[in-house]
Amino acid sequence: MSIPAVPVPMESPRAPWYRRLPVVSHFNKSVGLQRGMLVAGLILTGAFVLTALFAPLLAPYGFSQLSDADGNFPTQQAPGGKHLLGTTVGGYDVLSRVIWGAQTAILVIVVAVVMSIVVGVVLGLVSGYLGGWLDRILVVIADAVYAFPSLLVAIVMAIVISGGQSSLIGGIFAAGTAITLVFIPQYFRVIRAETVRLKAEPFVESAKVVGASNIRIMSRHIYRNATRTLPLIFTLNASEAILILAGLGFLGFGIEPSSAAEWGFDLNKALADTTSGIWWTGMFPGLAIVLTVVGLTLVGESINDLNDPRLRGRKSTGGSSPAQVDTAAIATEVRAS
Amino acid sequence: MTVNIDPLSGRDPDGDRPVLDIDHLQVTFATDGGPVHAVKDVSLEVRKGEVLAIVGESGSGKTVTARTILGLLPETASSSGAVVINGADVISVSAARLRQIRGRDVAMVFQEPSTALNPVFTVGWQIAEGIRAHTGSAGKRVSAKEARSRAVDALRKVGIPDPEHRVNYYPHQFSGGQKQRVVIAAALALNPGLIVADEPTTALDVTVQAEILELLRDLRDKYGTSIVLITHNMGVVADLADRVVVMYQGDVVEEAPARTLFAEPRQDYTRKLLAAVPHLGHNSASQGLTDRAHQDEEVVVEANNLTIEYPGRLGTPAFKAVDRVSFTLSRGEVFGLVGESGSGKTTIGRAIAGLNRTTGGSLRVLGYEMLNLRERTFKPLRKDIGFVFQDPAASFNPQLTIGDCIAEPMVIHTKPSPAQARKRVGELLESVQLPASYAGRYPHELSGGQRQRASLARALSLNPRLLIADEPTSALDVSVQAKVLELFKDIQQEFGFACLFISHDLAVVDILSSWVGVLYKGRLVEQGIGSQVMGNPQHDYTRRLIASLPVPDPQEQARRREENRALLGI
Repeated sequence: MSIPAVPVPMESPRAPWYRRLPVVSHFNKSVGLQRGMLVAGLILTGAFVLTALFAPLLAPYGFSQLSDADGNFPTQQAPGGKHLLGTTVGGYDVLSRVIWGAQTAILVIVVAVVMSIVVGVVLGLVSGYLGGWLDRILVVIADAVYAFPSLLVAIVMAIVISGGQSSLIGGIFAAGTAITLVFIPQYFRVIRAETVRLKAEPFVESAKVVGASNIRIMSRHIYRNATRTLPLIFTLNASEAILILAGLGFLGFGIEPSSAAEWGFDLNKALADTTSGIWWTGMFPGLAIVLTVVGLTLVGESINDLNDPRLRGRKSTGGSSPAQVDTAAIATEVRAS
Repeated sequence: MTVNIDPLSGRDPDGDRPVLDIDHLQVTFATDGGPVHAVKDVSLEVRKGEVLAIVGESGSGKTVTARTILGLLPETASSSGAVVINGADVISVSAARLRQIRGRDVAMVFQEPSTALNPVFTVGWQIAEGIRAHTGSAGKRVSAKEARSRAVDALRKVGIPDPEHRVNYYPHQFSGGQKQRVVIAAALALNPGLIVADEPTTALDVTVQAEILELLRDLRDKYGTSIVLITHNMGVVADLADRVVVMYQGDVVEEAPARTLFAEPRQDYTRKLLAAVPHLGHNSASQGLTDRAHQDEEVVVEANNLTIEYPGRLGTPAFKAVDRVSFTLSRGEVFGLVGESGSGKTTIGRAIAGLNRTTGGSLRVLGYEMLNLRERTFKPLRKDIGFVFQDPAASFNPQLTIGDCIAEPMVIHTKPSPAQARKRVGELLESVQLPASYAGRYPHELSGGQRQRASLARALSLNPRLLIADEPTSALDVSVQAKVLELFKDIQQEFGFACLFISHDLAVVDILSSWVGVLYKGRLVEQGIGSQVMGNPQHDYTRRLIASLPVPDPQEQARRREENRALLGI
């Protein structure tokens, strides 16, 4: 990912590379409530990622484990004892399923978002820069995909790709591709809009004047400038990807419990439990979905606010020691106001 | 305007108190890099019926000072000191009281009239909005009908013809100059004692600028309105101001009556600033020339009845941006192309560089007929054409270093080794008087003038035979402009390329080019030796253009204004 936020004149040009990474630079710029939101988001997201990475160590049992040395697990057991968060109607350990579910979720996010970024960015660049009939056709297709309810597209894709089989990799790719198809138009649109805007910028024209080829202009001049907003869409889409995955699982198009743990599927199975007062089978997977989505959204929204100098909060100037005058900064301020 | 006759005299019987009194104003912005002191210590006052000009280069704090007068600073700013308007301190009053002061005691005229007006409301509605926001004479709200009639009065006052009818027009139905008149009418609607005008003519053409300056002068003379004029244009200052405050980096450098300041500036900074202002007729490149120079050399660009049309929308005819223009440009010559916005000067420059297509006539660039332009066959010629863009900030890719940007033409055409490229970039940077170490910097780490030098270095990197400079200095401060122009002149003489220099500023064109063409609505109405065109214009439009250009000398400008009154129709 390219280094974001070019027009930030205040950032010292000599800052070490790690301080210019997307999230780190945002953290350094943030202050007050905005920093609080970003930190909360980072903690939730961090917990999610760590859980996914260390699932084999953290989970007391396997995701499809129904018995141990002491015999079969009891079904629908309340939280406590050997099963901290209780067991489901099928005899699965809820805590283990929730932890293993994080792994499935992160794999789906990575597959879906990486595939849609690659395809969306390439199509957006070509379509926006070349224009003409190709652009028109691609825009119409993107609009058509937009017009479909995203879950419906995902369901159709899940049927087409997995075709009834249910392995971990197959399931993840089925869900991932389904989500990819829904997301490509988003990346396509963002990159295309940026490309169309950048195409008229003098630096692109000056490249044209010196005789640069289209491919060179697209890859060297437009690509790096058009992808600055991607970290933002990435975080926002990651949370949406989880919701679609959970939705698919809830509707029964996800991954079978024997091949991987999946929060949406567990929610579906917990549906019948609610009326009989069994709350733990539904609440913990649900909570996992909510916290992960909230965490990713907080990070995304904070980055969005911090990227915009008008939305970004700043430390108060009251009582501070005089610093040297920076005329560029004044100009920026006046323009931004 | 009969209801609210001169609020100043009503509230201020002795009439001696200043309309605006700024006392030790300091404004600080909170930024990512810590606090920035935009205004350090400014004290000034404005008397009734006086035009006070605040001049300074970008970053001097003049606009921040102006916005403080109306309490328009962003949330990140904190200010101390006092800004007293009619006895109320704008910095410390409540938001409700500030709203009362705005419009009634002080109003603002913004730089860009087309964005200061809301496109979805009629101008009458927008003027009436300000009137109705304040209570009328008997403490009641002003009725819609009365507000409207007062809006009509205000429009009449600023010289909009047929105001009863045009009060119902939308902003897009007015021209740029008329829009600025409407903005001034809105500012005048409540007859404030003070108008703050922030670069009121910068976005306008010179001929329109002359009209707006005349209008502002009228306001002062007829209604006794005080005006705080923020500008970077010394000609405008010479034309309108009574007193001048020069600001530099947040401080007042010098304060003096306009005539005194121009005649005998006391401070070094003011002297330097005034010396850098281009003055029409001084320092002309074609001084003493009687014949066109360089005619025995190779013709680099030849236009013959060149026509460029932009296709119209469905049902509307095509727009002729350039209409049957003929000229030649020879090796070693600088051709100055002057015109106002929309005259087609940029279109011609872009057509020569192959960025626009020509639609009629003939345009031969380095022997290549541009009428049937094919990118593949034109590409080899591109290394012989350099282009300098108007905005140096936007013409560099912000993700690449200056060195990469300058090396790009070489990389594309001659494919040098990285070491060769680095060496050549260093040479080029030195030839435009920048240290070679700047190659490793990013564009945003350079100032505007430095960026424009780098832009020149990029254009020169392959020793072009033709250089097109499209308003290369209009985004720069005057002192920087002077240096860049000088550099430009030296380099042109050293390398001897043909140059098409496009600008709206007659004085700048005169400094550089020996042969000048004047464009008006797509037609080349006059061309000739620079000093002759400027000194003895033949075409009516050229005469009007030259007459409306304010010169940076109050006495000379006052004389010129009187002489040209009839020509300008003011």
